[in-house]
Amino acid sequence: MPDVAFWQGNTALAHGALLAGCNFYGGYPITPSTEIAEVMAEELPKRGGKFIQMEDEIGGIASIIGASIAGAKALTATSGPGFSLKQENLGLAYIAEVPIVVVDVMRGGPSTGLPTKTAQQDVMQARWGTHGDHATICYAPSSVQECYDLAVKAFNMAERFRQPVLILSDEVVGHMREKVTMRDPGRVEIVNRVRPSLPPEKFTPYEANPRTGVPEMASFGDGYSWHVTGLTTNDWGFPTNNAPEIEKKMLRLLSKVDRARSDVVEYEAESMDGADIVVVAYGSVGRSALRAVRDARKRGIPAGFFRPVTLWPFPGEELTKMALGAKTVLVPELNCGQMVLEVERVFRGRSEVRGISLLNGELFKPSEIGRVIEEVA
Amino acid sequence: MPSAEVFSWLRTRFMPHIWCPGCGHGIIMHALIRALVGLKKDKTQTVVASGIGCSSRMAGYIDACTLHSTHGRSLAFATGIKLHKPSLTVVDVMGDGDCSAIGGNHFIHACRRNIDITAIIMNNNIYGMTGGQASPTTPAGAWASTTPYGAIDPPFDICRLAEGAGASYVARTTIANPKQAETFIMNGIKKKGFAVIEVVTHCHTQFGRKNDRRLPLDNYNYFKAVSVPLTKAKTMTPEELAGKLVCGEFVNKDVPEYTEQYDKVIEKAQRR
Repeated sequence: MPDVAFWQGNTALAHGALLAGCNFYGGYPITPSTEIAEVMAEELPKRGGKFIQMEDEIGGIASIIGASIAGAKALTATSGPGFSLKQENLGLAYIAEVPIVVVDVMRGGPSTGLPTKTAQQDVMQARWGTHGDHATICYAPSSVQECYDLAVKAFNMAERFRQPVLILSDEVVGHMREKVTMRDPGRVEIVNRVRPSLPPEKFTPYEANPRTGVPEMASFGDGYSWHVTGLTTNDWGFPTNNAPEIEKKMLRLLSKVDRARSDVVEYEAESMDGADIVVVAYGSVGRSALRAVRDARKRGIPAGFFRPVTLWPFPGEELTKMALGAKTVLVPELNCGQMVLEVERVFRGRSEVRGISLLNGELFKPSEIGRVIEEVA
Repeated sequence: MPSAEVFSWLRTRFMPHIWCPGCGHGIIMHALIRALVGLKKDKTQTVVASGIGCSSRMAGYIDACTLHSTHGRSLAFATGIKLHKPSLTVVDVMGDGDCSAIGGNHFIHACRRNIDITAIIMNNNIYGMTGGQASPTTPAGAWASTTPYGAIDPPFDICRLAEGAGASYVARTTIANPKQAETFIMNGIKKKGFAVIEVVTHCHTQFGRKNDRRLPLDNYNYFKAVSVPLTKAKTMTPEELAGKLVCGEFVNKDVPEYTEQYDKVIEKAQRR
């Protein structure tokens, strides 16, 4: 029988990261994410890993980017204001192709907002928060088990695509306690970045594998002297102002996740066959929404449930295919309507898309979603 | 002429460099490379991190493990590199804006932690790359494009800041004394702990032009005229020291180093 634990989402996320091989954590305390740092502070040195509490949020993400360049699997966790502060260096990790995992346990904003209350107001910030174009991989766990499992996936994707991967948890998921079934470390798929196949004198640091679009990655200290910069570079890692070189770099950066989209995109669906009303919900709201859909089905309403596990890339093709013929698509969110914009975009007017906003720091009760399902049924 | 060994540490394919003819940054880069050569460092085990600005481009020109990061944050990146792989020699090259303005918080905390990184601050009293705006080390009364009526805020003394924050090695020299710069950088790299070497340099293009030091040579002569060795400074009154630039090793002490302290944390955690 596998080991089980009764954990908070934040604790499970930290243990998932450790299972993935995370050996470096740099961060700054902030509610409601701090438990992740506390678990890492205790567990990493036991395994020979390193934990550092940096002087601020900016230093937190900078330290993990540095550690990753030196070969570490590195994590930082934050919330609201801290996520805003991390945006600049997140951009550096995108352009310099440094694998890191960044967790944002969402709370209400703007600004200090509601440090101890839940929200889903950072969905668009996760997609577009750092300046400049970039491809985003972002997971939204809705259970404690998923915090654990998605932490492993996040590291695997970061290593595979050589870019930051975000986990948008929220205060409810981060602080609730549930049973977690622990995975056997010997049987979990662990992905590690591809190391240089050529000797140092022949190594071109940003020459991508033509199939994957991802370059091999050396680590500082393993025999290669190479340059990492936030400037747009050519394959040699040297700054360039040459238009064709710039375009080549940007198109590769933007397409590397898309090329393997079907390996990345994840969702959960229930009762979607012949559903007239589809509820699209993610994170903690996914729990209330699923209950609301099941209750509606019991009352004979043909409702369906679709939960994006990857918020970015958004599983739009999958959703629209499954929801073909749906009259109404409801998008309950703990914000004033962010993901609903993406849902509207993918449906292109084929179904009526309606957002349901809750902005009071509470989680939706299933009945609150259920009432809208009945109203549109 | 630089020696063949020094040349071997340059990425000539990055050249021509962006620095103005007569810029002091090249003198500092030469001193740094001579120190690395003198200490028989291996390029693949040497990290040069930098932030943003003219100074930061130095990282690209040196053939080592180099990171040109974000403005002011280089010490936080370097901290992650050093903590993950303490065997690496880590040098961080910064400008006065990087170190004492946008990156001031990272700077004082790197000093406090006493992590084994050597920080070289190229202090030219101005934001050169962006066109001559005042920095926290612009002297009071000086012209900058953002202080067209003269700077009114008092400047930082980077060495005193580093000393107060706990760095285990703190020294200052100027580009008029490249041999001393090499010695101090070498001593800083050898020091097990956080080392700060402030090398006062010039931006004749953006600062000197408007502050009566138009030519590189004017700046060189100015540094020669105002530099006072620390031993001599100790015998001078504050009035005599006004307008002078005290050069020398202000701090050279042995205090516990961060990555070694963390190794003890690992031992403790694993004993439990």
